[in-house]
Amino acid sequence: MSGLSWTGRIGLGLVLFWLSVAAVGPMLAPHSVGDFVDMEVFDTISARFPLGSDYLGRDMLSRLLFGARYTVFLGLGAAVLACLMGTALALVSVLRGGWVDEVLARGMDTLTSIPSKVLALVLVAAFDSTLGLLLVICALTYAPGNYRIARALAMNLMQLDFVTAARVRGEGAVYIALREVLPNMVGPLLADLGLRCVFVVLLLSGLSFLGLGVQPPYADLGSLVRENISGLTDGAPAILAPALAIASLTVGANLLIDAIRTGGPR
Amino acid sequence: MMRDHVEVRGLTITVGAREIVSDVSFAVPRGQVLALIGESGSGKSTTALALLGYCRPGARIVAGEVRLGETRIDQLGARDLATLRGRRVAYIAQSAAAAFNPARTIIDQVIEPALIHRLMSADAARAKAVALFRALALPMAETIGARYPHQVSGGQLQRLMAAMALITDPELVILDEPTTALDVTTQIEVLKTFKSVLAAARATAIYVSHDLAVVAQMADRIAVLHQGRVCEEGPATQVLAAPGHDYTRSLLAAARPVAAPRAPTAATPVLEVSGVYAGYGRITAGVPAHPVLSDVSFALAAGGTLGIIGESGSGKSTLARVIAGLLPRSHGWVKLDGRELPLGLAGRTPEQFRAIQMVFQNADTALNPAHSVATILARPLAFYHGLRGARARARIDELLGLIQLPREIAARPVRALSGGQKQRINLARALAAEPQVLLCDEVTSALDPVVGAAIMALIADLRRQLGIATLFISHDIGAVQDFCDEVLVLYGGHGVELAGRDAFAGSVHHPYTRLLRASRPTMTAGWLERAPAPVASGFAAAPDLCPFLPRCPVAVPGLCDRAPPRRHAIPGQQWLCHHDHAALADGAPHTPGAD
Repeated sequence: MSGLSWTGRIGLGLVLFWLSVAAVGPMLAPHSVGDFVDMEVFDTISARFPLGSDYLGRDMLSRLLFGARYTVFLGLGAAVLACLMGTALALVSVLRGGWVDEVLARGMDTLTSIPSKVLALVLVAAFDSTLGLLLVICALTYAPGNYRIARALAMNLMQLDFVTAARVRGEGAVYIALREVLPNMVGPLLADLGLRCVFVVLLLSGLSFLGLGVQPPYADLGSLVRENISGLTDGAPAILAPALAIASLTVGANLLIDAIRTGGPR
Repeated sequence: MMRDHVEVRGLTITVGAREIVSDVSFAVPRGQVLALIGESGSGKSTTALALLGYCRPGARIVAGEVRLGETRIDQLGARDLATLRGRRVAYIAQSAAAAFNPARTIIDQVIEPALIHRLMSADAARAKAVALFRALALPMAETIGARYPHQVSGGQLQRLMAAMALITDPELVILDEPTTALDVTTQIEVLKTFKSVLAAARATAIYVSHDLAVVAQMADRIAVLHQGRVCEEGPATQVLAAPGHDYTRSLLAAARPVAAPRAPTAATPVLEVSGVYAGYGRITAGVPAHPVLSDVSFALAAGGTLGIIGESGSGKSTLARVIAGLLPRSHGWVKLDGRELPLGLAGRTPEQFRAIQMVFQNADTALNPAHSVATILARPLAFYHGLRGARARARIDELLGLIQLPREIAARPVRALSGGQKQRINLARALAAEPQVLLCDEVTSALDPVVGAAIMALIADLRRQLGIATLFISHDIGAVQDFCDEVLVLYGGHGVELAGRDAFAGSVHHPYTRLLRASRPTMTAGWLERAPAPVASGFAAAPDLCPFLPRCPVAVPGLCDRAPPRRHAIPGQQWLCHHDHAALADGAPHTPGAD
């Protein structure tokens, strides 16, 4: 990683920081996630509560340390899953063409047309809210967008001479997809991944607000912002801290992705 | 003392810390044409653009002066430059197709400079545009402007762009490779009209090109650029006849290719093509609705070379695609080593894939930019020959030696290679398969002449060493003639002439071949003035008739527009025409009814 630009290094630092917080955060938390420890609500920063307290008088630092793992793992996980799904299907679509392409493309259009929150509502009602289900919902919601982008990229690449050269050489479809086409899509796809990461965080907090997402007393970073929204007028740290956390995570992820992109092919 | 009209002195342009143009100086008197020649990256376009006061993003004029009349262009601000560009200095780009807006009619775009600079009313501008169209020998001058850019041909669009440049009566016209993308036959017409309108407008011109023969016809003075510096500058006749710099001499040498010595060829053909039809649309009785190839036949001996020439759209590349299986033929057969090849890619054996290798025209897109040289060369070795690890690495070194590149290059990503290096790797990838037949599709047309000549010499060399049969597709009749044992001339998808090297060098030719030969610019002064004017006769081509009929100068009324052409054959040569051997010979009087 010595080749990274300084913005890339900052991004890498932020991403590593949040990954470690997500991994070990709960162990470092001074209080349990649901304990009402402060008599004041929206308390300011103090030695006892380094990030103040929330709208119910819970320790904000502890809630943040617990909440980070949902956002980081769910957000990143769902975005990665969505991109893997979208890109894999796009490659199948472009290489097979014909009716396979038609069926997949229309299927993805159908998926796009279902409102994600309604889909979540139905699935949560049917299967109960679990982390695995949330992951699947977020991935399903964002896979079609990625499919569209990947399909357009792959279609353009398929027209280039190096793919024709591979076909004339007698190469199979799998080799062409993975070795000739995919490496040239990585840059734009990484940018798309970063964007989708942010979308998933937003969707998650929306789902949590409806009571479909992460179940109380646990909360992801987006929900922390939302549940403390009334503290905004007081400038309470309870709302600033999770907002800054989301910002630094998403900005960090995007800085890192941009740095990898410019360092990589094209 | 009379000052020169355009003067550039000590011009230096940098990108970052790197000088791309260093201390360039030249001067052009009013009404003369100065040619800037050199290979790509020599700074010729950058220098020409500096005369518009323009630098590409990232580039900067750091020293020197650029003067037009009494104006110091290098000192002008954005507002003054806007009044200069399109008014006093006009620009004609290489690709007219990319320079026109496809959504607006041609005339609206042609008169735009006059309207922007408020020189005349729209009606007056339109009248002037029509007069220019006439001067540029455009057909239907009155109405051609109402069309959209995709509705006219490439050569016409290039001339329409000249009309756009000249409508404001500019003092200086910059022509940036204006005919490089055109066929030789179209090029003549464009060059002729450019020359006459420039002379009529008494405009000074800067002509950027890498083609010495074109420059010899167009320029009064020549400045040779190499790596951002002027090697040599002087009157055109002097630079061409008595070049004073080594680089100029190498450019001149590249323009006159040396004939490749004949390679021993076996009598048995390795590749046979017979009666092949291919194209697009519904196929009825083996003939597609839009045929690109019609009844094409030839045989390629093991170790031999066959040149294929024709204008763009003649089906040259399609023929290679049909042989490779990318486009299934609809009729006829293709045999490799006496065994018929399947129509498309499906059903071909690995051995058949290996035996036929294609070298693509554009090495920039033919090599995967995500891979390194080693990865690209290793794939065919593993795929066809099962070579891996140390043995593959040894073979890659060997291949790099064969194409005269250093071994260290294997580790480099494709992006870090020059155009010539890429084309060599492109060739090496095909050679890695150890093919019997090499399909070379315009392999030098995207390269500079010096680099292209080196690639040609390399192919000739390898062919002799390895005994590979080569199908050599080109639009450059000179290169093909010197390089190939046999030449197939395609017109409109028909093989109109097939001749051995001796016959092709001789004097009997199909009228189309004759036109191609006459259209190729030479260094001789005054060639352009004597070059044949393009013919467009009143005949319309019908499916069964001779495809060349509308352009044929020796067409016989009542015969050629009635009966399908006949295939004549004499030893070493065959052609598709009503005229026989005697009538087609050089200097034969055009005798109507001769057959």
